[in-house]
Amino acid sequence: MIANGIKSGAATVAPDQANSPVLTVSGLTVSVRGDEGERAVVSNLSFVLARGETLCIAGESGSGKSMTSLAVMGLLPQPQARVSTGSILLGDIDLAALSEKRMQTIRGNRVAMIFQEPMTSLNPVLSIGRQLVEAIEAHTNLGGSAARTHAIEALKAVRIPEAESRLKQFPHELSGGMRQRVMIAMALALKPDVLIADEPTTALDVTVQGEVLELLRDLQREQGTAVILITHDMGVVAEMADRVIVMRNGRMVEQGTITDIFERPQVDYTRELLAAVPKMGAGRAAAPARSPEEPARPAAVAEVRDLHVRFDLHGGFFGRVTHRVHAVEGVNFSIGPNETLSLVGESGCGKSTTAKALAGLLPYSGDIAVGGRNLAGLGRDERKAVRRDIQMIFQDPYASLDPRMRVGDLVAEPLLIHSVGTPKERTDRVAALFERVGLTADQMERYPHEFSGGQRQRICIARALALRPKLIIADESVSALDVSVQARVLKLLKELQSEFGVAYLFISHDMAVVENISDKVAVMYLGQIVEMGTRDQIFAYPRHPYTKRLIEAVPVPDPARRRTRFARLDSEIASPIRRVGDPPARLSLQDVGGGHLVAAH
Amino acid sequence: MTSPIAPDAPVVAPMQSRRRPGVFGRLLKRPLAVIGLVIIAVTVLGAIFASWLTAYDPNEQLFDGLTLEGAPLPPSAAFWLGTDLLGRDLLTRILYGARTSLIIGVVANGAALLIGTLVGITAGYFRGWIGGTLMRFTDLMMAFPALLLAICLAAVFQPSLWIVAMVIALVNWVQTARVVFTETSSLAEREFIDAERTIGAGTPRILFRHILPHLLPTIIVWGTLGISTTVLLEATLSYLGIGVQPPTASWGNIIFENQTYFQAAPWLFFFPGAAILALALAFNLVGDALRDILDPTQRGRA
Repeated sequence: MIANGIKSGAATVAPDQANSPVLTVSGLTVSVRGDEGERAVVSNLSFVLARGETLCIAGESGSGKSMTSLAVMGLLPQPQARVSTGSILLGDIDLAALSEKRMQTIRGNRVAMIFQEPMTSLNPVLSIGRQLVEAIEAHTNLGGSAARTHAIEALKAVRIPEAESRLKQFPHELSGGMRQRVMIAMALALKPDVLIADEPTTALDVTVQGEVLELLRDLQREQGTAVILITHDMGVVAEMADRVIVMRNGRMVEQGTITDIFERPQVDYTRELLAAVPKMGAGRAAAPARSPEEPARPAAVAEVRDLHVRFDLHGGFFGRVTHRVHAVEGVNFSIGPNETLSLVGESGCGKSTTAKALAGLLPYSGDIAVGGRNLAGLGRDERKAVRRDIQMIFQDPYASLDPRMRVGDLVAEPLLIHSVGTPKERTDRVAALFERVGLTADQMERYPHEFSGGQRQRICIARALALRPKLIIADESVSALDVSVQARVLKLLKELQSEFGVAYLFISHDMAVVENISDKVAVMYLGQIVEMGTRDQIFAYPRHPYTKRLIEAVPVPDPARRRTRFARLDSEIASPIRRVGDPPARLSLQDVGGGHLVAAH
Repeated sequence: MTSPIAPDAPVVAPMQSRRRPGVFGRLLKRPLAVIGLVIIAVTVLGAIFASWLTAYDPNEQLFDGLTLEGAPLPPSAAFWLGTDLLGRDLLTRILYGARTSLIIGVVANGAALLIGTLVGITAGYFRGWIGGTLMRFTDLMMAFPALLLAICLAAVFQPSLWIVAMVIALVNWVQTARVVFTETSSLAEREFIDAERTIGAGTPRILFRHILPHLLPTIIVWGTLGISTTVLLEATLSYLGIGVQPPTASWGNIIFENQTYFQAAPWLFFFPGAAILALALAFNLVGDALRDILDPTQRGRA
């Protein structure tokens, strides 16, 4: 019966059933025991989830949205967290009062969950087939080949090509999008009543995100599953939700239908949240692009010519090089002073590798000239001096600050390394930098873990600025931040640019952010630039089909412009790994007018 | 507190000097660490002032140190911890033996720790042929029997306490090197190390300022675990005639000499055993406390 359900779907939900609630949460309070006694992370939350409905819980980090989902799943971190009051009714069973043993029969079977990071939520040492079959066997009395057939059907349902041979593969052999589909297949294999998706597409590329969202929507339509979608991305909310709950600091601040929330938000916080979302088109409207074709163009801050980065893969008994990863293949660009060039593309396209080569973290071939001096011909000390002019801000500010050092010492460190000034001058400069990026000088004595994500990124910015570099590489530097924080950090970056005249190489997968900050944009695909031009050229008149797809795939935070169909990509993205002696074809870029370069396609 | 940085001090370096007076103070706030410190202090003082603390000579076979049948005496008012098979005062021997055992447990073990950390951190950070060579050598040492090495060395040099210390240092660094290697190689992959490189930090700065502090917890644990094993290893070596020569006392060889009489004269190995246990425990307590105090990420988290 279940096996049939996957393929054809339970399809028609009886009309009278359509509005009966599957899940009723009332007065839910989740508290966490800490040093200062118990603290409520979710307080007095009530909502109703109807059959076949998609409820989005939106909010920034710390709003309690994930805790809510864990409470429904009975997966609250033990023993610190517990449901202190309230009930979670699934039909007429109160999940909040259920024993762990009985919860196990419900979890996965009637309530399923998809996590953010598909790599960490799949067991890396078991094949996906084995994991799927195990999940099916645990909850049904199907066994052996029946369970296997069922697993294949589940994979087919999430549009994984060659499902049968995929069963033998291990999680690391699949791309991020494929892994998330496997997770969805596992979650939906048992036709749960409620599916909780906690940031299911946050770790995925935009084009893949579109596919996964569409898949979720289709499967929901077929099976009548109620979905709770937890996300910070208002674009995803607009794309998917029937109803929205906005949460902040563990409380529901607003609840309403999708149109109510987006068109008639009642609460200031919702308005702020919506206003902070970077919108495509908004960047162009707000700040007309500076013309890059100024007559007396100053010398480029950084000039990259024919940059190649390749990694050797060893194979065979003697460890000879059999394959190469062609991460970056002949990239050319130059960045002028005071200019922002964005590199965009999906994961694996080589944008971060380019940044790392430029920052001196990877060996490369080709030419990188900084301030007119080619790094290739310089000795060690000279190279160190020239490299002072390039600084980098990483994606995760917590990971890129040594947790055992005081932040003041961390910001002073580049000055110390390059012996700038006297100790007193250094301290003063660090204090000034702290104040410039919106922190206070007395915070210098603290350690990185004592700051919030946005503050940490400000520390990283201060650190990058310490040496007054000419170019700052920002590698996905705002991607991990909440939208409101992201907006403030972007504003700070722009201010610093006009103040210090620093150029940015901005690396991002988020097209809306790129549109907001860039002067010039280069689109990368498989290690090569396929299109490059000014922001307006790229966003208003994209020429290359890949650029067009990237732009189309960005979810628009406007429910009225919800797309019905995404460009579908059922195949895997081509691999940059090639045999030795079989380099990829070089794309030649043609000027289609006004410096807008497009690869032949 | 408003201007903790001395005007002429470098900006990064004062971190230690700023913190140093605090470490001992914070150590004293932890009851377990205080117990550990007291035990260590008593042992060290006992070893230094042994000749003032007891009326006996450690190697003197006392006239009234044995029963008429020639059996050792149990603890009494005259001999607080009893006497051994030759009628020597056990307390005196334990006090003098502390000298040997402290040298082995602290100095030799510390040297082993130092070698292991240096090898591990270098191999873990550089990988390539340097790391490969160092780690293969470590594996070789791990497979080499410690006793054989000790016997070879003792054959070349005169048997003495320092030979034992050297052997222990040469044998015991391998485990530390292995563990430090693994941790360093994962630390080297962390993003903040990349961030250090982008600001131009040189290798010594990365290794000793940014990687080493993260290794401290591991090093402390291995250091305290090493104390009891090295004290006993010294006893084994002495027993084979390689190390401390009788009648010189060490905690290990007191146990070894008397182990066959543990039913008739249990105090003979109970007291030196308890001394080893107490010393290892004391270092462990202090080490644990130090690890927590030196970890700034634990501040304010109880």
